[in-house]
Amino acid sequence: MPSDANFAAIWLTLRLATIATAILLIVGTPIAWWLARTHSKWKGIVGAVVALPLVLPPTVLGFYLLIVLGPHGPVGQLTQSLGWGVLPFTFAGLVVASVLYSMPFVVQPLQQAFEAIGVRPLEVAATLRASPWDAFFSIVLPLAKPGFITASILGFAHTVGEFGVVLMIGGNIPEKTRVVSVQIYDHVEALEYAEAHVLAGGMLLFSFLVLLALYSRKGTSAWK
Amino acid sequence: MTSDAAIRARFQVIWPGFSLDIDLDLPGRGVTALFGHSGSGKTTLLRCLAGLERQSIGLLNFKGEVWQDNARGICRPTYRRPLGYVFQEASLFPHLSVRKNLDYGRKRVNGGHKVSLDHAVELLDIGRLLDRMPDRLSGGERQRVAIARALATSPELLLMDEPLAALDMKRRNEILPYLERLHDELEIPVFYVSHAPDEIARLADHVVLLAEGRVVAAGGLREILARLDLPTAFAEDAGVVIEAVVADHDETYHLTRLDFPGGSVAVARRPEAIGRRLRFRVHARDVSLALARAEGTSILNLLPATVVEVADADTPAHVLVRLDAGGTPLIARITRRSHAHLGVTPDKAMWAQIKAVALLA
Repeated sequence: MPSDANFAAIWLTLRLATIATAILLIVGTPIAWWLARTHSKWKGIVGAVVALPLVLPPTVLGFYLLIVLGPHGPVGQLTQSLGWGVLPFTFAGLVVASVLYSMPFVVQPLQQAFEAIGVRPLEVAATLRASPWDAFFSIVLPLAKPGFITASILGFAHTVGEFGVVLMIGGNIPEKTRVVSVQIYDHVEALEYAEAHVLAGGMLLFSFLVLLALYSRKGTSAWK
Repeated sequence: MTSDAAIRARFQVIWPGFSLDIDLDLPGRGVTALFGHSGSGKTTLLRCLAGLERQSIGLLNFKGEVWQDNARGICRPTYRRPLGYVFQEASLFPHLSVRKNLDYGRKRVNGGHKVSLDHAVELLDIGRLLDRMPDRLSGGERQRVAIARALATSPELLLMDEPLAALDMKRRNEILPYLERLHDELEIPVFYVSHAPDEIARLADHVVLLAEGRVVAAGGLREILARLDLPTAFAEDAGVVIEAVVADHDETYHLTRLDFPGGSVAVARRPEAIGRRLRFRVHARDVSLALARAEGTSILNLLPATVVEVADADTPAHVLVRLDAGGTPLIARITRRSHAHLGVTPDKAMWAQIKAVALLA
C-alpha cells in the first residue's frame, strides 16, 4: 500500500490536474473557437504558440516561466504588487505552468471538433432565431461533446504525466509541489524501489486506462 | 409601395471572381423563383435576404420595415429577421429528435404563433416521425421536417435554397406535392431558388432570372417563359406554362378538355374533377405551325394564333416563334427553312398544332 507521503503526492497530483483541466476548458474553448473560425493572419501565429509545448523540452518552458513569474520578471512584479507574492515554488505556480504546458492537448481537440461542426448549424440556428451565444450553448456544445471529452481526458492525463516543468517551476516541496512523477524520482534516487514500483505501476495503469477509454470511445456518437 | 412590390432589395456583394449587383422590387406574396445556372448568384441573393452574407452591402425593405440599410448603418442580424430558411442539404440538428428540432425555432419566437405546430406537422405529413432522430429519416423526410421547422416559427418570409437538389427523382416527386400545398395555403411570400425549369413551372408565380450576379429578367411566370430574348437559361427547354380549368371529360375516347383563355386542349383522361385548376406546359419543340387549319391530321390540338415575334433558337437550323393564341402566349420551335417557306412574320395569322402537353400536377 502507498505510504502517507505517496498518498500526499497522489492527492496533490489529482488536485493539480483537476484544477488545471477546469481552467484549460474555460480558457481553451474561446481560443479553440477563435482558431476554428478566424481568417485572421494571426491564426498561424496563435496556433503555433499554443502548440509549442508539444515540441519544446519541458525544461525550456520551465526556465522561461521561472524568469517571467520570478521576483524580477514582469508577471512576478505584477503578482507582488497585487500582494500575491511570487508564483514559483507554489501550488498556484504549478497550476499556471500546467495550464500552459497542457494547452495544446485541450485546444487542438476542441478546435478540430469546432471545425468539424462547420458554420452551417450556426446559420441554421440563426434562421431559427437563436442569437450567437444561444446557438453556441444549444448547438455547438452538444455537437462538440466528443471533442470536450477528448480534450478533458488528454488535458488531465497530460498534467498528471508532467515532470520537467514541475521540477523547474515547483521544485520538490512535500504537499505543495511534490506530485507523483517527482515523488517517483525521489524514491528512485533514494533507492526505494518498492515505493517507486507502487507509484510507477499505478501511473502505468492509470495512463493505459485513460488511453483505452479514449480509443474505445472513437467511432461512437456522443449523443446516443 | 403596392402589395405587388412589397419587398425592395438592393444588394452588392463583391468577391474575387464574382460579384452580385441586384436591385429588385419583389412581390409580397406568392412563390418567386430565383432561377439561373450555378454561379449565377441565386443562392447568394437568398443569403443576402436572410442576412447570412456578412459582406453584403445594400438595402432591404420588407413590407415597410427596414431590415438592412448599410447607408444608415442598419443591418438586422439573421436571428432578428422573422424568416424561415430551408437549406439545400439536410440541416436538422443531429442531436435533437424531430420534435425538438421543430421546437427549436418555435420556442424562440415571441408573440402569437400564426402557424401552429400542428398545422406545420399536418401540412408536411410528418406526424409519425416526431420521436425519431434525424439519422433515422430518409432524405425526403428530413427535408420535409426542415420545411416544417421553418414554418413552425411563423415566418413572414420563407426562403428555400434548392430544397430538392440533394434528392433523387423519386424523393423529389414525393416532396413536390407538399410544396404545391404550401404554395396554395401560405399567405407569406416564398423565395425559391432552383435551376430546374420543371420545378419552377409547377411552383412559381414570379420568376427572377439571374446570370453572373445580375438580374436578366423579372416578372410573372408566364410572361417570363414566353419571352424569346432570354439567353440560354431556358433555351433547350423553351416553352410556356398555361393555367387551365378542367372543363369536360369525354368517356368514349378517354379524353379531358382543359379550357384556358383563348382556347382549349384535349389531353388523356385526367382524374381531377371538373372545375379544378391545372397547370400544363407546352414545350416549343412540340408546337408546329400551319398556314391553314389542317384537315386529316392525327393531331387533336389545333389553335388559331397570331405571330408576335421570331427569334434565334439554340441551333442555327431553328427559330423560336412567339404566338398569341387569344391571349395565351405560345412558343413554337420550327426550322429556319419552314420559317422562310411559310413566311412567318409578325401579325400573321396561323394555326398552332400542339403535339403534346405536359401536365404539371
